[in-house]
Amino acid sequence: MMPKPDSLQGSLDLLVLKILSRRPRLHGYALMTAIQEISEDVLRVEEGSLYPALHRMEEAGWVQADWVIKENGRRARIYELTAEGRQRLAVEQSRWEAVSGAVNRVLRMA
Amino acid sequence: MSLRTRLGNVFRRQQVADEIDEELQSHLDQAIEAGRDPLEAKRALGSALRLREESLDTKLASWLDSLRSDAAFGLRLLRKNRVASAAAILSLALTIGTSTAAFRLIDAILLRPLPVAHPERLHLLTYQFTDQNGKKRAGDSFDYPLFRQLRSAVAGQADLFAISNAGRVDLTYGSDQEMEPAFRQYVSGWTFSALGLQPSLGRLLTAEDDRQPGAHPVAVLSHDYWTRRLGGDPKVIGRTFRQGNNLYEIVGVGPAGFTGTQPGTITDIFVPTMMNAGFIGNSNWGWIRVWVQLRPEASAETVRQQLAAGVKQQRLEKVKTWAGTSPKEIDDYLNANVELPAAASGASGIEREYRKALLILGALAALLLLIACANVANLMLAQAAARAQEMALRVSIGAGRVRLVQLVLMESALMALAATVLGALFAWWSAPFVVSLLNPPDNPVRLLLPTDWRFLAFELVLTAAVVFLFGLVPALRASGVQPIDAMRGGGDPHGRRLMNGLVLAQVAFCFLIHFVAGLFVTTFDRLSHQPLGFSAERLLALEVVSKGKPPAAVWAELADRMRSVPGVQRVSPSEWALMGGNAWVIDVRMPGLTTSDGWRVYLLSVAPGWLETMGIALRSGRDLRSTDNPETTALVNEAFAKRYFAQESPVGKTFERQVNKGKMVQITVAGVVADALYEDPRVGIRPTIYMPFETADGPEGARDRATFMVKTASPDPLALAGALRHQVQQTGFGLRVSSIDTQQQIVDDCTTRERFLALLSRFFAGVALLLAGVGLYGVLNYSVLQRRREIGIRMALGAQPAHVAWKVTAEVAAMLVVGSGVGLAAGIGSERYLETLLYAVKATDWAIIATPVATLLVAAILAALPPLWHAIRVDPARVLRAE
Repeated sequence: MMPKPDSLQGSLDLLVLKILSRRPRLHGYALMTAIQEISEDVLRVEEGSLYPALHRMEEAGWVQADWVIKENGRRARIYELTAEGRQRLAVEQSRWEAVSGAVNRVLRMA
Repeated sequence: MSLRTRLGNVFRRQQVADEIDEELQSHLDQAIEAGRDPLEAKRALGSALRLREESLDTKLASWLDSLRSDAAFGLRLLRKNRVASAAAILSLALTIGTSTAAFRLIDAILLRPLPVAHPERLHLLTYQFTDQNGKKRAGDSFDYPLFRQLRSAVAGQADLFAISNAGRVDLTYGSDQEMEPAFRQYVSGWTFSALGLQPSLGRLLTAEDDRQPGAHPVAVLSHDYWTRRLGGDPKVIGRTFRQGNNLYEIVGVGPAGFTGTQPGTITDIFVPTMMNAGFIGNSNWGWIRVWVQLRPEASAETVRQQLAAGVKQQRLEKVKTWAGTSPKEIDDYLNANVELPAAASGASGIEREYRKALLILGALAALLLLIACANVANLMLAQAAARAQEMALRVSIGAGRVRLVQLVLMESALMALAATVLGALFAWWSAPFVVSLLNPPDNPVRLLLPTDWRFLAFELVLTAAVVFLFGLVPALRASGVQPIDAMRGGGDPHGRRLMNGLVLAQVAFCFLIHFVAGLFVTTFDRLSHQPLGFSAERLLALEVVSKGKPPAAVWAELADRMRSVPGVQRVSPSEWALMGGNAWVIDVRMPGLTTSDGWRVYLLSVAPGWLETMGIALRSGRDLRSTDNPETTALVNEAFAKRYFAQESPVGKTFERQVNKGKMVQITVAGVVADALYEDPRVGIRPTIYMPFETADGPEGARDRATFMVKTASPDPLALAGALRHQVQQTGFGLRVSSIDTQQQIVDDCTTRERFLALLSRFFAGVALLLAGVGLYGVLNYSVLQRRREIGIRMALGAQPAHVAWKVTAEVAAMLVVGSGVGLAAGIGSERYLETLLYAVKATDWAIIATPVATLLVAAILAALPPLWHAIRVDPARVLRAE
């Protein structure tokens, strides 16, 4: 089994929050494909961990969920960012930039 | 997601789970729509079940969810062991109910603060005195002139108000023929405003209503009386009633919940102290309690010292006029301690008389509860052992210890909860019943026993305590199971040791309860079987009062009329009935001796023939005659003769009595009569003299009341009450019946408290014995079951049944002996505390010790028989084959 490129710890939350900040009201599957498309297939979300993560974020109050009826008449659960989630995104993003910047510096200097 | 949503989700678990499933399904649909292989998509998503559980955990408050499932599991277990659970719940319910009932009583009489603005600032003035039995006691009745003095002495630091005893009086809203009883209390006019009370109708009394003696015939009804007697009539203001010689106008109704300051009595009517006009200026009549409400900045000790100084000052004046009192008595009187105890919950004779009795009953109820808890704990321990395999399984698949404790505690909590509900019902029913035991029906103790937050808080605390008492140890034990031991099987010696310890505690408590009950029952027995000295059979005491003070001939005429009633055998008027609580004590002396050698004796005025009506034998001399000089003739009892005339016959001899400030009268002894009890049986026989009924030199001169002793032919003397009442009405002169009691009832009332204690402690002892017996049976039974294999092997090797029986019971028998020893030691140790409630019985009497020993022994043997039977019937072949 190949190591999965998305296994950077904690980055799933950041990605989900970021995408929801640009495109609100996505359901789980759309979120997954969005991450895949934008990263040009580099990042693949492990489908099994997406939903527990979403539910955890929902519990933490970063996202809120809603049931909508799709064109085919089925219900789908869509997510959008809360104000708290927006703050969280800023925190996560700056942390990510700090870490990746540091990693880059190490790569350049070493 | 808020905690509230999560808590809510626990109770719609299924719906939440369905939603998660639906979301995952919609994910798959999308994937398939996007052209992915259904199988591959499903695999990529992973196990739906695992995902759901993971998500569920975040969506539910997981501890609460586990509680819910533990509760469901606990219920299932309880239902499975239906008989054992029911027995446990019932015994807990009975004992929780008993404890709660005891608490309600103790709360209502001793603890609950009065519903006034600042109960914490209320104090009651008391003084110490020595009663007829030589015991120091606290008194709280003061005269009005002293109250006035004290009030001005501490003005500015404390508000003083006078409140009389709530006495039963007769009053009428219509004619004299419609007299009805009510509890009337004299209060200082400013009491209500000082206590911060508001009227629920009209107005309350004020200081203006309490200025001139006899000038303020106004009354405030208590809210309870207003709703009970007058149906909450809003037009009651301005109505009048007549009581005594006054026509009172109702000016208001007190606040709901305020029943006076006297727990045990609900005051019906409050009137100003000034309406007790004859007593306002009299410093010889103590008839009020002095209530002291401290100002916020005042110190209780300073106020007490000032009040004590005031009391002493008045007493110094008083003793100047005393004659015939020994210097020691005067000294005691002057230097009596004056105290100012806090009285937030009110003050009453009931409270004083029953304080200790109630606390002891509360303690006994608590012991009973502990016995029941030990039983249930043993049951749970046995179940824990039976569930060792289940627990081991839970541990091996990764259940944490806390989780297991929670699982077992939940079962305890369910039982305790069910027991508390049942127990609360039992307490709700039984507390008023217990109150009704406290007094005879015509002068009942009345208490409001509200089911309020105090009651609920007590129940909750009790339930929690009970859960931990009987649940925690078994839970810890059950959860501490080592899988390897449990799987290997075999007994658990620690469990049995714990159970034996619980049996020991049960036996000790049970013994203690029986011991104390034995003391109370014997006390009651001795008191109620004390020779009275007179015959109470078929005897009626009819108290008659008059409006004015009719001539002596009227009382004689009434006696004749009563004699004409068919079924009446004898009628004799007297001052009052023996043992009715009234006592007239006078000082007499031998002629020529100084006053300090005075004798204190009982006096009762009786008509000629009274002796025969009462069945009191004449020992020597003659009965009183109507021709006797009422001032100078007397009968004396044997105790008097023995004490003051030693060997000689006192008939024809004289002694002196002081009447009206120093005037001495010579009294000649006409006859000697057999001893009879005058007061309480605890006081016993005292020197007593009987003087002619015509001697009417009571506190107020001529007679306005008399008690007619009526001997009837029928065994039910009360059957004649109606006919006798009719004769009283026919006589005129405003005569009316104030009370009718059988002499037997009057005698019984003397031992109300003892009967109360004997009855309840006997009930406690019965329940304790039953519970301890069941506990013993349970433990033995369990131990036999556990040791079947061992017993089987022993039997197979040729052990005798007696030997097996001994093996099985030895441990428990040892617990029985040790427990009884502990209980006995505790019992003898508690005697000092119980002493004041006991009569003619000692904790070291052999009968007091032997009875609980014998009772416990019989109960233990009965409890041990079935398990022993099982033990010696163990079939070695079958047991060993089963292994």
